[in-house]
Amino acid sequence: MSTAALVMMVVAMVVIWGGLVLAIVSLIRHGAVEDRAEELPRNV
Amino acid sequence: MSTTAGRATGQADEERRRGAFSSRRVFILAAIGSAVGLGNIWRFPYVAYENGGGAFVVPYLVALLTAGIPFLLLDYAIGHRHRGSAPLSFARLRRGTEGLGWWQVGICFVIAIYYAAVIAWALRYTFFSLDEAWGADPEGFFFGEFLQAGDVQVTADVVPGVLVPLVLVWLAVLVIMALGVQRGIGATSLVFIPVLVLAFAALVVRALLLPGAAAGLDALFTPDWSALTSAPVWAAAFGQIFFSLSIGFGIMITYASYVGRREDMIGSGLVVGFSNSGFELLAGIGVFAALGFMAQAGGVAVGEVASDGIGLAFIAFPTIISEAPAGALIGVLFFGSLVIAGITSLVSVIEVVISAVRDKLDTSRLTATLVVGGPAAVLSLVLFSTTSGIYVLDVVDHFVNQYGILVVALISMLIVAWAVRALAGLGEHLNVHGRPRVGAGWRVLTSLVAPAGLAVVLVFALRDDLAAPYGDYPGWLLLVCGWLLVAVLPLVGFLLARLPWRAGTHLDGPPPGSDPAAPLHATPATDPPPGNRPVTGHDEGGLR
Repeated sequence: MSTAALVMMVVAMVVIWGGLVLAIVSLIRHGAVEDRAEELPRNV
Repeated sequence: MSTTAGRATGQADEERRRGAFSSRRVFILAAIGSAVGLGNIWRFPYVAYENGGGAFVVPYLVALLTAGIPFLLLDYAIGHRHRGSAPLSFARLRRGTEGLGWWQVGICFVIAIYYAAVIAWALRYTFFSLDEAWGADPEGFFFGEFLQAGDVQVTADVVPGVLVPLVLVWLAVLVIMALGVQRGIGATSLVFIPVLVLAFAALVVRALLLPGAAAGLDALFTPDWSALTSAPVWAAAFGQIFFSLSIGFGIMITYASYVGRREDMIGSGLVVGFSNSGFELLAGIGVFAALGFMAQAGGVAVGEVASDGIGLAFIAFPTIISEAPAGALIGVLFFGSLVIAGITSLVSVIEVVISAVRDKLDTSRLTATLVVGGPAAVLSLVLFSTTSGIYVLDVVDHFVNQYGILVVALISMLIVAWAVRALAGLGEHLNVHGRPRVGAGWRVLTSLVAPAGLAVVLVFALRDDLAAPYGDYPGWLLLVCGWLLVAVLPLVGFLLARLPWRAGTHLDGPPPGSDPAAPLHATPATDPPPGNRPVTGHDEGGLR
């Protein structure tokens, strides 16, 4: 493989698969915060 | 208190009546199952190769972030806020727009009919791979012995080799649909999406170990930077993102209506969008590694063996399977992946129709499955198990995509943004539980950038089809199965919108009990808090 092709393959992998990982982590973290907040008693 | 409880009870009743996914995870897997289809495997690699190779990453990502994901979120917002099938969601958004939903339903009905045939071919080829039934001439075998395709004409000569797997595909799909949203669609996605990813990853590893794989990847990823100044390349990127994500024709509206009202639809949309593109990238690597091997084995350049669609799947891959060590393994993984990706997409397409019929006519799940699936299966068998099936399929597929999905998506997007002016309200709905929040940027992308991108794709498609008859097919075939078909669908859609809704259907805005900001704890009896939520979603199959 040429250097240019290799670089573009790595760039595509990092951006797309990295974006997927970030999206999953963000969703899990946000969901967890929401769930904790939801468990707080609201009638105190 | 009693008002809140009443609303929540209404919501619970609505979920029991319509069905719902049991969790965000099931919804995300089902949405990925819908988005990841045949196009990811057999269309993306060639589109990327033809449009700048490695440089295609730039317009592709721009299209994903400026049009694909914003449009996906728009679909989610419409369905999640209005809690209905595409026609019901549009009717609740503004009564006069209901016809857009039925237009989308019509498109989905047509797609289901031919999409099942391709899955049936892939199913048959999964078994052909075991003994390389195509022999030394995969192309002659596919068109001759397998499809028995003759001259371009419509015939009633049934091909048993296609009929039997097609019947099996329809039986499997109808069982899934009858089981309901969670036990059918949700459970299928929960099992088969991980299987699909594992199977395809195994295929990619096997392809990368073949001699010549590096040459294939070199051909795919070598950047042609001059492509970035080419309008058709940008149109190809927007087109690929649009067609790949299952947006704009009712699927994501329908699926979003089955998601709990307090879920983060923005974060879910980002996961679905990047998952779809992530799978496409994986497919590109696997397909071009295999094509690199094929080129080396044949002593030709990769460009001479690169192809897409039916040619890639049913002609190039059989050649690779015949020549590669452990070819049967490659065949089973490749065609098995096509079958799984196809089935999870097909059920989402049919669900658009079933959901609409149930909302409108108040029928049980089983009745709606039979009313929709029965005629669809019969039409599918009549049209596509004959010797003329492939020609009709090719023409219908081309026209329904370019002038069905693309046009209804563009028009509905413009109407929602500019006529109904609903973007601000829909954005607020997404932001109640969604992160990162959407704001003015999202509204600009969905009202201007995405429609402009889709309009350019449409103009290029129209220019090509007017310049030369698609596929060199005869004019009568293009007229009947192409232009007339796509012209009739919106007419049927707006006629169906005139039928009355079932008694008691709420049509003015989001239904009672659907407010995502309403607290859960106000109604513990009907809407348990997180941690105590039922693990199974609501299934409505055959209960009523």
